[in-house]
Amino acid sequence: MRKSWMALVAATAVAATACSGQGGGGRGEIAAPPSDPAKVSGEITVLTNRSDQIADGTLEKYAEEFGEVYPGVKVKFEGLTDYEGETKIRMNTENYGDVLLIPNSLSVEQYPTFFAPLGEAGELSKKFDYTDHATVDGQVYGLANIGVANGFVYNKAVWAKAGITEWPATPEEFVADLRKIRARTDAVPYYTNYKDGWPLTNWTNAIGSPGCDPGSYDSLAKTAKPWSPGSDLHTIDELLYTVVDGKLSESDPTTTNWEDSKTQMGAGRIASMWLGSWAISQMRTAAEAAGKKPDDIGFMPFPAQKDGKFCSVLRPDYQYAVNVHSGKKAAARAWIDWYITKSGQAAAEGSISSVKGAPLPDTLKPFSDNDVTLIPQHQENVADVHAIDKASEIGITVQDYRQKLVDVARGAADGDMDSYFEELNGKWSEAQQTLGG
Amino acid sequence: MTAVQKTRAEASAVGRRGAPPPGPAGGRPRPGRRRRTAALTPWLFLAVPLTLLLVFTYLPVADMVGYSFTDWDGTSPERSLVGGENYTDLVTRPQLFEVFLVSGFYLAASFVQIAVALYFATVLSFNTRFRNVFKGLLFFPYLVNGVAVGFVFLYFFQPDGTLDTLLRLVGVDGRHLWLGDPDLANPSLAGVSVWRFTGLNMVLFLGAIQSIPPHLYEAAQLDGANRWQQFRHIIAPGIKPVISLSFILAVSGSLAVFEIPYIMTGGANGTETFVIQTVKLAFQFDKVGLASASAVVLLVLILLITWVQRRLIPEERVELS
Repeated sequence: MRKSWMALVAATAVAATACSGQGGGGRGEIAAPPSDPAKVSGEITVLTNRSDQIADGTLEKYAEEFGEVYPGVKVKFEGLTDYEGETKIRMNTENYGDVLLIPNSLSVEQYPTFFAPLGEAGELSKKFDYTDHATVDGQVYGLANIGVANGFVYNKAVWAKAGITEWPATPEEFVADLRKIRARTDAVPYYTNYKDGWPLTNWTNAIGSPGCDPGSYDSLAKTAKPWSPGSDLHTIDELLYTVVDGKLSESDPTTTNWEDSKTQMGAGRIASMWLGSWAISQMRTAAEAAGKKPDDIGFMPFPAQKDGKFCSVLRPDYQYAVNVHSGKKAAARAWIDWYITKSGQAAAEGSISSVKGAPLPDTLKPFSDNDVTLIPQHQENVADVHAIDKASEIGITVQDYRQKLVDVARGAADGDMDSYFEELNGKWSEAQQTLGG
Repeated sequence: MTAVQKTRAEASAVGRRGAPPPGPAGGRPRPGRRRRTAALTPWLFLAVPLTLLLVFTYLPVADMVGYSFTDWDGTSPERSLVGGENYTDLVTRPQLFEVFLVSGFYLAASFVQIAVALYFATVLSFNTRFRNVFKGLLFFPYLVNGVAVGFVFLYFFQPDGTLDTLLRLVGVDGRHLWLGDPDLANPSLAGVSVWRFTGLNMVLFLGAIQSIPPHLYEAAQLDGANRWQQFRHIIAPGIKPVISLSFILAVSGSLAVFEIPYIMTGGANGTETFVIQTVKLAFQFDKVGLASASAVVLLVLILLITWVQRRLIPEERVELS
């Protein structure tokens, strides 16, 4: 009897230490691109959030094409629907694939713990955009496949029906246009997607657009009160507040549905939504499915101009990285490079390729036609910004604080815009002081 | 009310079944080897549930208590001990406990739930027509996955959705924002919880009612007692322990509500519960230490309330003859 108890205790103790242990296999070794494709071999696992592309065989097709160049490497995909949540938990072990997308919630200074360096920043930044988003001590740890521009996806037919042909150039003009849509059409002028929440987080990506300042996001680290009048966050959140306050959004935000909103946008029952450029092709598909013209779906920048020009911030999508514990770093790196530069995936989906010099996709033609300045966001202080954000429990990259903003605007929560911004300012400066001191 | 309840109910059921009395192993036991095997038998039976219990309940809880004394962020391989800092942080921020007000809605709802379950259990314990069909219908919601329930009710509560349409059919007009109106959101969610868990309560009550000897009803009928009197004087006292257990589960369940509001509103619009807040602290703001501390506080709180409840309503053995 006593023996079996001992065994049990021993087993649990082993399990406990196994959970918290972190071996360091091959740390510091650079995942360099192989010079001779014939010499790399092995099976690599790629974690991806695109389970839809596993289901429809798109990724398998890329893997086959890749196999023609690298006959020794076999690529296996693992699709995760809740990518962020599951990957973050798996990263407590050593088993998180060979190639993976860097979870958004990870802060940059943690990258060397989890990922193998891909090369010198000076070298890689000549070939790829956005490398500064994943650079620690001069080494790059992640490469983005695509970049995302931000703006309003809108239904041109609905806007034209309301008699609007020009892009609004100020937030006030934008709200006035929404009022026209409310008055002259049956469409919902603006759809918040409050229930699913993540579309609300995209408003944060507008930081930089109002003042056309690529360093705007970075400067949050040094700003004590980011929601003061005149600041980017104030302008952005004030616009959202005014839209909801003026009853220009859907009547019940708490039961919205993202998949359904695409159909409604395509069919012209929704006039506009603030999203990333990746959404354009999805909305066009939805418009086609609804029997309308895909060209009805347009994309316009944030309603603010500097020297007569609009600005849209460019941010990288998920960045691909190599697991620091992987035993097949060369094969993993080969896949990343091939996928980004050779697969043609970015062009196929109408996304902005991160390869330097690649042409803008068709979906962003209205931006290039109208001379919209695309500004890559600076990310030098991004670690500090996130540290303050998390300590303050505001969460500028999660939906909660904007859901509350919508609640305040529609009268479902106490306070008004100024009192809410005051509260946010207070939390931010307090966290900043705690971390700084 | 929640999954917590479910596991507890199952655990107690397992506990009851899992320990066979170590009776004589038949025949005359030879001293020595035979007796040793006989003594070992109950432990062999217990080994599996005990291992599961240790590995999946006590070990994680021990880990969680450990985390609550650190500043771990959830991913970093390093964590440093900060002593009781997380706990002092918790108690100096009273706004973190304001969310318990939301639990009040679920507590009120669970009383409704117990009353409804008791009513149906009593009615179905008599010779009602189609009683098995009704039992199945009432128990069915409990079998549906909580996530599915959340999605079904999202459509149900949409403006001009199922509920509004039904109300219009019976002549009640008007569009209600069942989840959008801050005064209606929590009662709506609590209503879903009643729909989901009434069946479970009913089955518990039904089981207890069926253990009441039938001759008691016969005797009561001969004395001219009606159904209400039978309920009041035979059934209610007969199943008192199960009812008081249900109340304990109701209180702890409503403090730990998670699934339904998390899926349906994500805690927005004033529907955030303590557990949702804890999850957000851990996974949105990377404060796993603080979140573990609040989970420990919740655990202690529930143990405390259960203890007080047991003190107020002591368990008594019910003798039925």
